[in-house]
Amino acid sequence: MQPIIEVENLVKKFGPFVANDHLTFNVGQGEIFGFLGANGAGKTTTMRILCGLSSPTSGKVKVAGYDVYTQTENIKRNIGYMSQKFSLYDDLSIAENFQFYGGIYGLSVSKIKERTEELLGRLGFSGEKNRILKDIPLGWKQKLAFSVAVIHHPSIVFLDEPTGGVDPITRRQFWEMIYETANEGITVFVTTHYMDEAEYCQRVSIMADGKIVALDTPGNLKDTYKAATMEDVFLMIAR
Amino acid sequence: MKGFIIKEFYHIFRDLRSMLILFGMPVVQVLLFGFAISNEVKNAPIAILDHSNDYVTRQISSKLLSSGFFIASDAVVDESHIPEIFRKGKVKEIIVFESNFARNLEKDHEAHIQLLADASDPNTANLIVNYTNAIINNYQQEYFAGLSLPVEITTETQMLYNPGLKSVFMFVPGIITILLMLISAMMTSISIAREKEMGTMEVLLVSPLRPMQIIAGKVLPYVILSFINAVTILMMSYFIFGMPVKGSLLLLLAESILFIVMALSLGIFISTVSNSQQMAMMLSMFALMLPTILLSGFIFPIENMPMALQILSNIMPPRWFIIIIKAIMLKGLGLQYIWKETLIIAGMTLFFIGLSVKKFKIRLE
Repeated sequence: MQPIIEVENLVKKFGPFVANDHLTFNVGQGEIFGFLGANGAGKTTTMRILCGLSSPTSGKVKVAGYDVYTQTENIKRNIGYMSQKFSLYDDLSIAENFQFYGGIYGLSVSKIKERTEELLGRLGFSGEKNRILKDIPLGWKQKLAFSVAVIHHPSIVFLDEPTGGVDPITRRQFWEMIYETANEGITVFVTTHYMDEAEYCQRVSIMADGKIVALDTPGNLKDTYKAATMEDVFLMIAR
Repeated sequence: MKGFIIKEFYHIFRDLRSMLILFGMPVVQVLLFGFAISNEVKNAPIAILDHSNDYVTRQISSKLLSSGFFIASDAVVDESHIPEIFRKGKVKEIIVFESNFARNLEKDHEAHIQLLADASDPNTANLIVNYTNAIINNYQQEYFAGLSLPVEITTETQMLYNPGLKSVFMFVPGIITILLMLISAMMTSISIAREKEMGTMEVLLVSPLRPMQIIAGKVLPYVILSFINAVTILMMSYFIFGMPVKGSLLLLLAESILFIVMALSLGIFISTVSNSQQMAMMLSMFALMLPTILLSGFIFPIENMPMALQILSNIMPPRWFIIIIKAIMLKGLGLQYIWKETLIIAGMTLFFIGLSVKKFKIRLE
């Protein structure tokens, strides 16, 4: 598998505090990679570095083939991002949100139209595109936010706890979208606190105190730690 | 970039509160300040206690009452009632003529009038007493016209730049300043803080847009709207209140744009230090509005402030802008007279932009 994210000995310090302590991992193209860890374990810091928002203290990091020290412009052009705050504008309609985000990534007007139809069609929302976002249920918004995050066909999409506060049915549907996206060749890098979702990932890493303490497929991790579920694995090592 | 600005206009036009602040407030404020709040005295109720009741006191009384500044209240006055009448707030001033007024005036060339004014509102009391004095002096000059006084000093007063002493001339520069400050600084800081609060700022930062582009996209719509506002206020003050623009209109508009940009950069700075809309709003209201109104010389003359406040007023951007507007509109001065104030505002703009860019970078790290 072709690596699309390459991280080697990544260190990030804030003063004396070491947030990321010599991380090394690769993520392959089209992979669904789960990035787990308790709050404060250093996940957000790593994610910010991978998104080009912050520079590492030392180490080698490449995202989509570009260097995070010098080529953040190129990285930003090739990634999508969605956070748990679902990041769409409440007072704009669905179509206007798509237009705005498509415009930011430099898509042409006709291209935006085409992608909007395509993505909304997939969600079955085609008839609703002029509705103002405020009036739409949270579960829908989350799916829309995900569609917006991939509107420019990025190589990687970063999802920061994308399913916070959503009911189990919507979460299941959301993961179906993630699978479809991965099938198109888009790499999915996802953080979550729901351990049932960790089972859906192809590989997961678990962070604790700034270090990666486990990295494997969910199946192998369960075997290694002799646990029935990912939840048990997580409780054993992330504490 | 274009899409960004369009989006920003959607935000503004779809939010009733923003629309009210942007377009309702300027109109209401100008009308309020122009019509309701006035430093002039018209039809102030007064009472006259005439112990003499001769032809001189009657002439003076009728001169006072026909001046248009005063009307006679129906309060029945005698010496013992005076405190009570004031307490009830029925009159603003009581004029007391001593007994034998006309005779004293003829015989001794000296007669006394006592003026009692309700100074619970000191400005009004002052004005009323001044008007009364002026009318009585006027009468005195007529009365003595036939007689030749041994020595006489005649003063001839001319009020420059605002001959009618209209208070609108004083308020309009202040209102323009306050509104531009409020709209530009508060609206931008709130709208940037909102992006932070909603989490959309994160997405913008992860996008290929540069920080400068994000800021410019947020700010440009407000430059346009604030400018429209400034023009609206100027037109209203010109057509409704007859406020002149003696100097160059072009210079006035250019200075307004400079001030708007200053206020916007201040707004950006506020948004970099606040994380929620609420905080941005509080900061702009209390840290900006009150000093703007109190320390800019808009209502209270800076010369009368204690030294510490006078020094503090120097760092208030509105102070300098009010000087500029007055100079251009009322005195018709050109840039050669106000370059110093212009430079100060430009300097403040650079200072706030520099500070915000620095803050912005630190936050990104």
